[in-house]
Amino acid sequence: MQIIAYLIPVALALGALGLIAFIWSVKSGQYDDPDGAAHRILLDNDDDRPLP
Amino acid sequence: MTDLTAQEIGCPSGLAPPTRTSHRIDFSAFVREKGGVRKLDLSVRGAKCGGCISKIEKTVRDISGVTSARVNLSTGQLAVIGDQELSANAIAEVVSNLGYGVTAQSTDESETLQRVEERKLLIAMGVAGFAAANIMLLSVSVWGGAAEMGEQTRQVFHTISGLIAFPVVIFSGRHFFSSAWSALRHRSVNMDVPISLAIWLAFGVSVWETLIGGEHAYFDACVMLLFFLLIGRFLDARLRRRAFAAAHQLAALRNRTVNKISPEGVEAVQTSDVSPGDRILIAPGEQVVIDFKVISGGSDVDESLVTGESLPRFAEAGATVYSGSVNLGDALEGVALSAASDSLLADIATLLDTGEQRRSTYRKIADKAVSLYVPFVHTTAFLAFLGWLIVGAGVREAILVAAATLIITCPCALALAAPVAQMVAAGRLFRSGTYLKSGDALERLATVDHIVFDKTGTLTFGQPKLQSDVEADIHLSSAAKLARASRHPLSRAIVQAAGPGPVVQNVQEFPGKGLVATIDGIEHRLGSADWIGENTDTEYKGPTLWYRRGDEKPVNLKFEDAIQDDAPSVIDALKENEFELEILSGDRSPAVASMAAKLGIEHWMGEASPQDKARKLEDLATEGKKVLMIGDGLNDAAALSLAHASLAPGGAIDVSQASADAVFSGGLTNIPKILGIARSARQTMLQNFGLAAGYNLIAVPIAVTGNVTPLIAAIAMSASSLIVTLNALRMRSTGG
Repeated sequence: MQIIAYLIPVALALGALGLIAFIWSVKSGQYDDPDGAAHRILLDNDDDRPLP
Repeated sequence: MTDLTAQEIGCPSGLAPPTRTSHRIDFSAFVREKGGVRKLDLSVRGAKCGGCISKIEKTVRDISGVTSARVNLSTGQLAVIGDQELSANAIAEVVSNLGYGVTAQSTDESETLQRVEERKLLIAMGVAGFAAANIMLLSVSVWGGAAEMGEQTRQVFHTISGLIAFPVVIFSGRHFFSSAWSALRHRSVNMDVPISLAIWLAFGVSVWETLIGGEHAYFDACVMLLFFLLIGRFLDARLRRRAFAAAHQLAALRNRTVNKISPEGVEAVQTSDVSPGDRILIAPGEQVVIDFKVISGGSDVDESLVTGESLPRFAEAGATVYSGSVNLGDALEGVALSAASDSLLADIATLLDTGEQRRSTYRKIADKAVSLYVPFVHTTAFLAFLGWLIVGAGVREAILVAAATLIITCPCALALAAPVAQMVAAGRLFRSGTYLKSGDALERLATVDHIVFDKTGTLTFGQPKLQSDVEADIHLSSAAKLARASRHPLSRAIVQAAGPGPVVQNVQEFPGKGLVATIDGIEHRLGSADWIGENTDTEYKGPTLWYRRGDEKPVNLKFEDAIQDDAPSVIDALKENEFELEILSGDRSPAVASMAAKLGIEHWMGEASPQDKARKLEDLATEGKKVLMIGDGLNDAAALSLAHASLAPGGAIDVSQASADAVFSGGLTNIPKILGIARSARQTMLQNFGLAAGYNLIAVPIAVTGNVTPLIAAIAMSASSLIVTLNALRMRSTGG
């Protein structure tokens, strides 16, 4: 049963990693324009300029 | 740069009609500058699809001084970044020429604040979701291994759960706690009070049980509750922000310069620097922002924004021109009658504020449900506590039962019931080209029984159209040769009827009178009866023009503001649904009367000033009518905000769009559809509250009798939330 002493922290750490990724994606504004994102994927003008 | 044909103007998908920015606003005041980088935020109306994004972004990026441009389709904003060369007015003009309405984004911080709030809710939701998943992992092991798991292992699992839950409850729950606290301080109760109480009681009981090595801990219920509630909160916040960020556009209209005539010459000054008695100059095409009296010059003035009158009025020395009008012809010189803060525009702004305040006192269905729900749940939990004490249970046991009652009856379903239904309805409306401003607007739209229409621009096209008859048709092409030289709406109506063609050289225009040109030695005149030199009276009540070639018999050209093609069928459909209909217009009474007769609407009122309209709306409200106002002009804005619910067509001016509950495109046919969707949304919401109540009827006896284990609480809570969500989504699949 000692294994859970490792497994629980590992599970929590992996979950936290996902949470951090989610918070980063929210803060970088990826959820600000869901409608636009849905349409942008269909545009084929490649643009490597940075976002404002 | 922008060489587009008529078909390419506006949204290529046809989801929104092309709009033009008709009034000139000085956008340069809205540029923010920091360290040599200039930023400009504009709100763009009519952008609905991917084609709009690429069209706007590509064109704007080609303007010199622009380094990047990005359109946000959800909020209809255009963010432009550039260097010193960036010219706000050039950008606005280009976007406007593409067929989109442009307004300056207020430099106000409220929009940014709302976005920050929405992000905070999303992060809080994510954190609660993370905690709920991980605690559930531990809880399921405890439930599943109940027979085999040792007491110590269980205590360790509970401790870990508690350690995860504690920071999460504080972080994700702070929205509810602060709101509950401020409600309590104002001696009132909102939904957040029972929520906060349930969360903290559940948490406190669980900590106690963990410390004494008890069997049940409710940490999972605690965070799951937060997670579900935050989903509802987030949906609600998103819906509100999606609404136009246009609340400050009246201020933008006033935020312009005025040409003041001083002994040193003409200079542009801020509107606020003009005092009554100052001499001002109104340039051709300029929109008037200060009420003034004309002292010299004469010009056609478009007052459709102020009065709803579709034809321009000729203003000469002595005439009073109100703010909101547009000067169509020559420059006018005048004396300011009032400061900008006393102008008609400012009056309308005050009326708008009153309407907004009135509206904020509207009680949502959800609020009513909560006011019934809160006393019920708290009394039940308290009685359960007392009851268990009386039958001889220990204090610990009694508290456990009370806490379980609060957890299991917590308004998860109630908090989700309204936002989910509103979200689904808003999505359906959006697909049919209607932008909804707020969730409670749906509820108000669903309950209207009386509909008030504005005439010009709402029931009609808002532009005169040439009536076709034999005589007029023969002379149409020659009259059009003169008309093409003029910007007068009646001239443009002739041109529209005649189509493209040549224009005569040396056409002279005399404002308020007419046009004259000499072709092959023969004088052609187009204008009023006086101008033609004929004192002919016609029976026709609408606007007319006369055309005369040399000494031939003059030809009468009649115009009408044509009724929109779908208006009669829509009016009939609304009548069938037993709505009371009424027309309220600033236009001349005979015009309104004939329109009302044509459409079969009994009640109408003509020559109504903005204040008259507002007063009429208040009268109807005191009669107990739930009025839906549909209008597009500045003169409707106050009435729109005072009405129980309001709609504005997509071509309406910004202020009216901002004060309406929803903005629709695609013609009047959408109105019955919008009302239908609003009603079905309200029905779904009521069903959801019914489901939530039914769930409580089952859950409360289980809780009060002390049979709730954490497992039952978890299942019951998720099941009730799922049921209301699924019920709302059902609306999506039934009909489009």
